[in-house]
Amino acid sequence: MALYRAHVLVCKGTGCTASGSGAVFDALKKELEHRGLDKEVMLVETGCHGMCEMGPIVVVYPEGAFYCKVTAEDVPEIVEEHLYKGRIVQRLLYTTHDEKKEKIPHYRDIPFYGKQLRIALKNCGYINPDNIEEYIARDGYQALAKALLEMTPEETLLSVKNSGLRGRGGAGFPTGKKWEFARMAPGDKKYIICNADEGDPGAFMDRSVLEGDPHCVVEGMLIGAYVIGADEGYIYCRAEYPLAIKRLKNAIAQAEEMGLIGDNIMGTDFCFHLHIKEGAGAFVCGEETALMASIEGKRGMPKPRPPFPANSGLWGKPTNINNVETWANIPQIVLKGSEWYSSVGTETSKGTKIFALTGKVNNTGLVEVPMGMTIREIIFDIGGGIPNGKKFKAVQLGGPSGGCLPEHLLDTPVDYESINATGAIMGSGGMVVTDEDTCIVDFAKFFLTFVQNESCGKCPFCRIGTKRMLEILERICDGKGRIEDLDLLEELAQKVKDGSLCALGGTAPNPVLTTLKYFRDEYIAHIVDRKCPAKVCTALIHYTIDPEKCIGCTKCARQCPVNAISGEIKKPHLIDQDTCIKCGQCMAVCPVKAISVE
Amino acid sequence: MKVLEKIRSLEDLRRIKEQSKDLTAARSGGKTRIIVGMGTCGIAAGAREVMTVILEELDKKGLKEVAVETTGCIGMCQKEPLVDVIRPGEPRITYGDVGPDDVVRIITEHLVNGRIVEDKVIGQTD
Repeated sequence: MALYRAHVLVCKGTGCTASGSGAVFDALKKELEHRGLDKEVMLVETGCHGMCEMGPIVVVYPEGAFYCKVTAEDVPEIVEEHLYKGRIVQRLLYTTHDEKKEKIPHYRDIPFYGKQLRIALKNCGYINPDNIEEYIARDGYQALAKALLEMTPEETLLSVKNSGLRGRGGAGFPTGKKWEFARMAPGDKKYIICNADEGDPGAFMDRSVLEGDPHCVVEGMLIGAYVIGADEGYIYCRAEYPLAIKRLKNAIAQAEEMGLIGDNIMGTDFCFHLHIKEGAGAFVCGEETALMASIEGKRGMPKPRPPFPANSGLWGKPTNINNVETWANIPQIVLKGSEWYSSVGTETSKGTKIFALTGKVNNTGLVEVPMGMTIREIIFDIGGGIPNGKKFKAVQLGGPSGGCLPEHLLDTPVDYESINATGAIMGSGGMVVTDEDTCIVDFAKFFLTFVQNESCGKCPFCRIGTKRMLEILERICDGKGRIEDLDLLEELAQKVKDGSLCALGGTAPNPVLTTLKYFRDEYIAHIVDRKCPAKVCTALIHYTIDPEKCIGCTKCARQCPVNAISGEIKKPHLIDQDTCIKCGQCMAVCPVKAISVE
Repeated sequence: MKVLEKIRSLEDLRRIKEQSKDLTAARSGGKTRIIVGMGTCGIAAGAREVMTVILEELDKKGLKEVAVETTGCIGMCQKEPLVDVIRPGEPRITYGDVGPDDVVRIITEHLVNGRIVEDKVIGQTD
């Protein structure tokens, strides 16, 4: 094997692929060959680095230079200047968001990464996910070997139990305990499932792990199967994640080729076979009983529990199901020990949590932090705060099942108990940030619309109750709300929670309940004052032209898509309120700021 | 596509890990560095050739824990090709007028055995 003096890592996660990393990769390949450097510089495709905002991302080692927003046109300069002559291309480096606008050359010095602790994301963006040997070079499958050859299933279980790891899918059930139930359940045939049906709007933690480091999930599942005594497993991944599925298929094929999946693994009696089941993208299939129904080829609908999957799961057999991030933590817990893992985090929430940071925040992307860090640190220190100097308004935690938290709760630490106490949930890790331009009623309406669409229809309260709640929210946004609607919303919300079988219905009202709790004034402004403070709800706002300021340039009239603006040249113009669709384009083009919105 | 080897024991896994080490070795810091001056002056004086010999020599000796970097002109153009060697915790040694023949000596003596090749040294910084 030839020695490569430099490695060029091109992010081929979904985020960077969408912003054009494919073309960058091809250009690098061509340019390196053209310069005759292809024998000494290795070009590597990796998974997500987390900083999707700055993509396509290219990292050059050994220096660890972190290049942002790289295009194919930048490639000749990177190759000639950096790889040939050793001069880092300054203009492509990460620039800080503060007033100093500093250029940061090294990966490790970027504030976005400084406060993170990467355990589950250890290899993401660092190795080529399509090459099992790179995974092995980074201690891959060592944990499996340790479990199979040096530990009994009981000892392995104890290690997971003592680590304090809790389910990362959202509910936070202790993983070791869950494994123990499945292990103790009588039966000679047992199953292991990985829940990769990530569907919350704004969440992409699991996708990034599968795309960037599929082997850590596979290894975690192998260890889980060894502990509970399963010989077969499924990864249930939505078909909307084509890249994740492609990388998983390749990972499984390579592991099979090396004998790490199959019969008599590493010369022991342990046998395990792993399949991928592509889901059709129904949100409810993230619920474990619905997910298993879907694998069985039935319609994805939840069933009452008990019986729990640990006793009667897939095809009626004892089954253990965990989500992607939970599985990804397992190899390192087994390899480095439970004491190491439980030294990170808080008293009740151990380890780290991955969050998908999106919305009105400077550094959108993927972050992994120790449990117990405050939401403020995540949004402002790692996320770089709110863009364009706007004011923070709220953050939605846990997607459509979660809650919306205001500024005074920003110092809440991220651990299961503290987040639950606010009325939100940890969830799988979605973190959607909003600024002052977001209408909170409209925001709650968005999440409720989502769960309304995704309700499987089995339970009347979830099916009809959420529909009625949505109608009330629509009424409020249309300026037809009544003050008693607020009590009605709360009453319905409680009934939907109580009357639903699964977590989809059980948590669906959370966005409405938390916004009513923390932003009641804004609801009242819509209902009583007939005003939308964020100026979003079109029925409650109108645009007017100040005749004193208008210079009659006709720009607004020409811009208006519905011809609602009339007036002669050099004379004040007028907006016809009945025709106006409140798109705001006139305000944007007015050169003298004569148009205002109320 | 390369055929992957079967892993039947812990020894197999360890061996494959060892073989795969240099796949990702260049991506971790904190090890011995060789820095070759690749400014126009360096290239004109034959730095490319020196670089090729360095890579060949490291490969031949199986030295995987060495980072080979390039750098621009540092102003001492008359002494090019310049090659710096930094062993962890030791001062940075700059060698001047390095030819392909000197590379073998620098790698064997300094990199491997920690003995500085005095006759080629032109500077030392901490």
